[in-house]
Amino acid sequence: MEGTLPEPFAGWFAGRGWSPRPHQLAMLAAARSGESVLLIAPTGGGKTLAGFLPSLLDLHEKPRPGLHTLYVSPLKALATDIARNLTSPVAEMSLPISIETRTGDTPANRRARQRETPPNLLLTTPESLAVLLSSPGADAMFAGLASVVVDEVHALAGTKRGDQLALCLARLATLAPGARRVGLSATIAHPDAIAAYIGARRRIEAPDGVPPAIAMMLPEGRLPWSGHMGLDGAPEIMERIRAAAMTIVFVNTRAQAELIFQALWKLNAETLPIALHHGSLEVAQRRRVEAAMAAGSLRAVVATSSLDLGIDWGGIDQVIQVGAPKGVSRLLQRVGRANHRMDEASRAILVPANRFEVLECEAAMLGVAAGELDGDPPRPGGLDVLAQHLLLMACSAPFHPDAMYAEIAASQPYAGLSRGDFDDVLRFVEDGGYALAAYERWKKLFRDSEGRVHVRSERVARQARMNIGTIVEAPMIKVRLAGKRGFGPVLGEVEEYFVNLLSPGDTFMFAGRLLRFLRLREMAIEVAEGGSGDPMVPAYEGARMPLTTNLADRVRGLLQRPADWHLFPEPVQEWLRLQKRSSRLPGRSDLLVETFPRGDRWYLVAYCFEGRNAHQTLGMLVTRRMERFGMAPLGFVATDYVLGIWSANQPTDVARLFEQDILGDDVEAWMADSSMLRRTFRNVAVIAGLIERHHPGAEKNRRQVTVNSDLIYDVLRRHQPDHILLRATRADAASGLTDLGRIAAMLARVKGRITHMALSRVSPLAVPVLLDIGRESVRSGDDEEALLAEAEAALVAEATGEAEPPGPTSNVPAIHRRNVERGRRRDAQLQLFPRRRA
Amino acid sequence: MTAAPLHFAGERLMLDPAGALIWPEAGLLAVADLHLEKGSSYAKRGMLLPPWDTRATLDRLALLLRRWQPRIVVALGDSFHDGEGAARLPEGELARLAAMTGFSRFVWVMGNHDPTPQAGLGGHFVEDYVAGPLLFRHQARRGAEGEISGHFHPKAAVPARGCAVSRPCFVTDQRRIVLPAFGAYTGGLDVRDPAIARLFPRGGRAFLLGRDRLFSFAIGPR
Repeated sequence: MEGTLPEPFAGWFAGRGWSPRPHQLAMLAAARSGESVLLIAPTGGGKTLAGFLPSLLDLHEKPRPGLHTLYVSPLKALATDIARNLTSPVAEMSLPISIETRTGDTPANRRARQRETPPNLLLTTPESLAVLLSSPGADAMFAGLASVVVDEVHALAGTKRGDQLALCLARLATLAPGARRVGLSATIAHPDAIAAYIGARRRIEAPDGVPPAIAMMLPEGRLPWSGHMGLDGAPEIMERIRAAAMTIVFVNTRAQAELIFQALWKLNAETLPIALHHGSLEVAQRRRVEAAMAAGSLRAVVATSSLDLGIDWGGIDQVIQVGAPKGVSRLLQRVGRANHRMDEASRAILVPANRFEVLECEAAMLGVAAGELDGDPPRPGGLDVLAQHLLLMACSAPFHPDAMYAEIAASQPYAGLSRGDFDDVLRFVEDGGYALAAYERWKKLFRDSEGRVHVRSERVARQARMNIGTIVEAPMIKVRLAGKRGFGPVLGEVEEYFVNLLSPGDTFMFAGRLLRFLRLREMAIEVAEGGSGDPMVPAYEGARMPLTTNLADRVRGLLQRPADWHLFPEPVQEWLRLQKRSSRLPGRSDLLVETFPRGDRWYLVAYCFEGRNAHQTLGMLVTRRMERFGMAPLGFVATDYVLGIWSANQPTDVARLFEQDILGDDVEAWMADSSMLRRTFRNVAVIAGLIERHHPGAEKNRRQVTVNSDLIYDVLRRHQPDHILLRATRADAASGLTDLGRIAAMLARVKGRITHMALSRVSPLAVPVLLDIGRESVRSGDDEEALLAEAEAALVAEATGEAEPPGPTSNVPAIHRRNVERGRRRDAQLQLFPRRRA
Repeated sequence: MTAAPLHFAGERLMLDPAGALIWPEAGLLAVADLHLEKGSSYAKRGMLLPPWDTRATLDRLALLLRRWQPRIVVALGDSFHDGEGAARLPEGELARLAAMTGFSRFVWVMGNHDPTPQAGLGGHFVEDYVAGPLLFRHQARRGAEGEISGHFHPKAAVPARGCAVSRPCFVTDQRRIVLPAFGAYTGGLDVRDPAIARLFPRGGRAFLLGRDRLFSFAIGPR
């Protein structure tokens, strides 16, 4: 096989005892015929080298200056790491090839130089590519481009970053029509869709590596009914860490990361180096942890999805997933972080936090064994991303709308974009696209006599470039240690809502430390280390990802087949047998709904298995109908598996509560007021450039430029409900936070197959969701009014001696209990200001 | 809509859940921080916000004027988002404002956003406005008595059932009342922020704006 590689490549391969793999040679053949191609290979399959090899060969045969290959990776760190890994073979073979990276960290002078004299191979991120393409010299820089390599394309396609990249690729196709595209992907559920995304007709698939060895580990003693943190498993996790050289402990949320980290350190008598890594920690801190991993000086890292992707650290020999895996593909991605070699099995351990998660873990392991991947096919591209792109393109050079529309419609995410929507987006960029033509004077774009679109001024262009990017964070407040003189170091960021729950003296866990809240100052809170009492833990919105459809289907299948129950630990088997005796088990294609009285309320539990987001929306829809039927619903709680509703009156005629027409015409209008839509609008408005994140010269006084997106949403909704950004918001929410699509599919599937079990008491399967009540909350305009009234009434009642302060709720797990109690305590004596020190 | 009575400086005042203060005996209504033409002010700087903010704010003000029929309207400063705001008023809104200033006597207290009189508006422009025991000004000052002001856009968050509900609010004690911002695009500053908290060293009350009524909460001493 080596014969097919020319020298010095063959020699270099032989020198390391390697031989080129078949897929690497197939990639070379594809390059010779000028084909665009998608390579699907498991981790450790020599994917990246396969992507670059054709470029190295070409430049060896025909050395030339100028940009030859552009490499795009979702991670800065990955781009830097690949550059390093390429530099050594290039040096060892003395190839005349220049390699450089370009990311947000690249110094300004090097960036300027790269535009003048670009390297042969440029490694970058989607955002940095967008910046390059927005500069006036983009056409010259990319004219000679021969190849574009997109790494980890499965992590980009279907996301807003992926939309942005697709638009940039479409632009590159115009600037460099001869450039071929190469997509590198992990094994995925929808290879055709990913191939279409990259624009490749040809697919090359490397053989799968050794299947991973995944096992489930249960906490010693009783198996919890509910809760998602998995703290009971800490002693077993610690044992596994002791027994391995390097472990990544993956968790599902940042709050869970803090808690598991604390729990492990309490057991860490021998003070093994165990670190914490999540997306809200200060960047410098995260880099330190990554460097320590690379240097092999850590024994374990507790991490969130912040480490799902990333460079190959090599030395990781096991992965522990605490809590539900949520999807087969996601689990495989995480498991693949251990042992980046194809010829050895990656080792992984699943630690479910409750009984339902045991079912989910078992289903995920079966899914892995069956090679059944999940994940949704990429959705149509976002109009907000298109708006950002159009402005950036105008910054680079004037364009004609007809040509631009043709260019964009050639990219897969925007293939279905109508000319009407395109024109509306362009008008939005131009002058806001409002029915009231108020901003003639402040247009961002103007059209010349030939109809070409120009950016109005260099200032507009500068502002546009400052706001590139599609990742929008919730409003965050910095956490700063108070120093002896003024400010100490920043530890990271928490969401504004969490700060609202704190009063001075309260303690909370963050960045692996116990911190005491001192005071709030503009955009930061000041904290001190230490303190006493049960600390709170900051949570982050949208942090939990919902269960995938495929995995949900497998869980339902498992429940239906008692023959497979031997896979489960005994308490789970017993739990299911009890359920079968006292009610029935949810079927694969029907919908089981149980109702039962308890205390002075009625409960309704629907076993939908459609994920939290969908259940949240379904809860709003069903309670609205119950309201109409006079059942007086009082509240609901949504988990990944079930929807639980409690009401004052008995729910009857249950099938009518889940009829398809609950998704009636007025749903959208009514949903528009929900917090889900408001959050979605904020993201859309920021990405589309309606609200700027950065304003020239305004960094020091952010309050002057930040505007409240809720207020803008309200005004826009009232005066122009069909505005393009509101349309974009509804489309986003339907597939995202409200998951209306998934609800519609479920209601259609279970039509005529709703099984109502009217029970006299709670069923075994319903126990977990009852325990969740009081922990989860849903907010809409009405609910807020009710909450305010409740808080105020509690205060009045207590002040007049009519009510005792409520006692703690016993079925709330400790960590939440603390949060709930604090809420109560403050209902009784609200301390909006710092307390006087004794 | 239920307004809440408040005894202050020997007078009986009403706090309207829409965010206005009314002094029935004097036939006076006060609002703070209208920030009219904030949208176009941002448009000038490159953010093309929906252009209906002035209309939305005046819609709400018109409702208040209809409900209370005040003889005097005191706008407590920052009535326009910038010094040229009045000049940018769309014709329709300018006419509406003219009708309002024809109906009631408008007292425009000047604020930091609009520190000079704006041309073409009815009513008159003042630094401070004194009426009986009450002193109306844009920004609260230490040591004042019977002071009614705006400027800070106070809001407060009330923890309830593990989440927090945040609303614009009036903040009061024996000496002063700080009004919430009235403008459609005006955000808020948490009452815990030192800039507001130091005005209320002995604590006071926050009245959070609800849809139909106010929600009252005690605030602890500093």
